[in-house]
Amino acid sequence: MGGQATRRGRLRPYVLAVPAVVVCAGILYPFFVGVGYTLFNFSDVNPQPSFVGLQNFADILGSGTFWHSAWVTSLYTIMATGIETVLGVGIALLLYRSTLVGRLLERVLIVPLMVAPIIAAIMWKLFLLPEIGWVRPIVATFGWQGYSGTDSPFWAFTWSVVVDVWLYTPFVAVIALAGLRSLPGSPFEAAAVDGAGWWFTFRRLTLPMLWPYILLAVIFRSMDCLKMFDIIYGLTTGGPGDATTTVQISAYLEAITYARYSRGMTFMIVLWAAVFAISFVLVRYLSKVQRRAAEV
Amino acid sequence: MVLLSLKTTAEQTSTYLWFTPTLENYGTVLGFVGSGSSYLRFMLATLISSVGAVLVSLFIGIPMAYAAARYRFRGSDNLMFTLLSFRFAPELVVIIPLSVLYQQLGLYDTYVGMIWVLQLVTMPLVVWILRSFFAELPVELEQAALLDGYSRKQAFAKIVLPLARPGIAAVCLLAFIFAWNNFIFPFTLTSSNAQTVTVSTLGFLGGNHPRFNLVAAGAVMAALPPLTLALFIQRYLVRGLSFGAVKG
Repeated sequence: MGGQATRRGRLRPYVLAVPAVVVCAGILYPFFVGVGYTLFNFSDVNPQPSFVGLQNFADILGSGTFWHSAWVTSLYTIMATGIETVLGVGIALLLYRSTLVGRLLERVLIVPLMVAPIIAAIMWKLFLLPEIGWVRPIVATFGWQGYSGTDSPFWAFTWSVVVDVWLYTPFVAVIALAGLRSLPGSPFEAAAVDGAGWWFTFRRLTLPMLWPYILLAVIFRSMDCLKMFDIIYGLTTGGPGDATTTVQISAYLEAITYARYSRGMTFMIVLWAAVFAISFVLVRYLSKVQRRAAEV
Repeated sequence: MVLLSLKTTAEQTSTYLWFTPTLENYGTVLGFVGSGSSYLRFMLATLISSVGAVLVSLFIGIPMAYAAARYRFRGSDNLMFTLLSFRFAPELVVIIPLSVLYQQLGLYDTYVGMIWVLQLVTMPLVVWILRSFFAELPVELEQAALLDGYSRKQAFAKIVLPLARPGIAAVCLLAFIFAWNNFIFPFTLTSSNAQTVTVSTLGFLGGNHPRFNLVAAGAVMAALPPLTLALFIQRYLVRGLSFGAVKG
C-alpha cells in the first residue's frame, strides 16, 4: 500500500499485533504452568510438590475412572453430534423450500442459541423433576408410571443428550441454511430440466455441495461436545454415580472439588490432546473439501 | 418456565396451569422482598465483567484484526490460529492453573480476574469476525485518503472505523452475549463478590428445600439480556456463530 516500503511501514503490522501477542502469551503461560503440574504431585495435601515424572499419566491411563469417562464422553459426542447433524440439515432443507415461512422460522431458530447452556440445563432439570416437571404427567398419560427423571443412569445420559440436541440442533440448521442459500442455482435447474428425481438431486447435488457447511457444523459441535460441562453439570452433576461423568467433569471433580490439581490437570491434558488431534484431522479434511468445492 | 417463576412456594409443586400469578419471586430474587438474595448485585457483577471483557477485546482485537486483514506478515496465520484454538480448547485446561495462580495473586473472585478470563471467550470472536469485516472494506478508500494527505492513523480513524461501525457494534453485542452466558469461568473462579447470574441461579437448586419458583425466576432473568440483544443482531449471528470461518 502506498508504494513506500519504509522501515516503519514494514513494522506496522507487527506493532498492531503486539497486544494480541501479549494476550496469547498471558494465556499460554498458565497453560504451560498447568502442563507442568502434570509432572508433579501437586494438591492441597501436597502443597510442596515433588517431581513424579509421567506417574500421573500412568495412574490415569491405568485407571478405570479415566476409561469410563472417556467412553461416556465419546458416546455423548457421537450421539449428540450425529442426531443434531441429521435433524439440523433436515430442518434446513424443510425451511429452505418455503421462503417466507423459512425466513420467519430462521429468526425463531436463532433464539435458543442465545440462552446460556447452564440456564437451559437448569430449565430442563425443572421440567424433568418428578415432583414439579411437566414431563412426568405427559409420560404418565402414555402409560409409563415408573418415570424417575434423571435418577437412573440410562435416563440421566439420555436426557443429557436430549438437552444438547434441543439446544444445538438450531445451530446446525442455521449453518446449513446459510450454506443452502449460498449454493448456485444453475446445477439444480439443469437437474430439473433433465427430470432428475428429488432423491437423486439431493444425493448427487445438494449433499456434496452442502458438505463443507455440514462439516463445519460437525467440527464445531463435536469440539463443543467433547468439552461439554455446563449441560451435564447443571442437569446431573455427573451422576447418578458416574453415569454421566465425562472427562471434563472428572477433571473438574479432581482439580476443583478435591483440590488434586495435578490429577485434574492430567485428565485435562489428555482430553486437550484428543480434542487437538481430532480437530486437526477434521480441519485438514474441511480445507481439502473447501478447496475441492472452490474448484468445481 | 415463565409460568413457574410466577407461582408461589405453596403452588410450585402443582402442575395445574391455573393459578394466581405473582411477581413475588422476582422481588425475592432481586432482594426487595423478605430476606431475598442479592440478585441485582449478581446482575451488576455480570454486567461489569462482560462489558469489561468486551472493551478489552476491542482494544486488543481491532488492531489485530486490521493487521490480519490488510497485511500478510510473518506469523500472522499462526497467531490467528492460536486465537481460534482458544475456542476449541477445553476451558479447564487454563482454569486449573489459573485458579491456583489467582489465589496467589489475589485475583480470585475479583472483577479484574473475571474480565481477564472472559476476554478469552470474547477476543477470538472479535478478531475473527472483524477481520472479515475489514477485509471487505475496499482498500482504495484508504489509499485515496492517504493521497489527500491524511496520515495512516487519520485514515484509519476517519475512514475505516466509521465504515466498520455497524460490524463493530454487532461484534460487541455478540461478544457481550457470549461473555454473559459463560458459566464455567465464573463458576470456578469466583465465590461471592464477582459471582455472576448464571452461577447464582444454579445456587438456588442446592439445599434441602430447593425453591424451584425462585430458580425459575432467576433463570428467566439471566436469560433475558442475551435474548433481547439477540433480536438486534440477527443478521450477524450466523457469521458470529461460525466465527467467519465459512468465508475464511
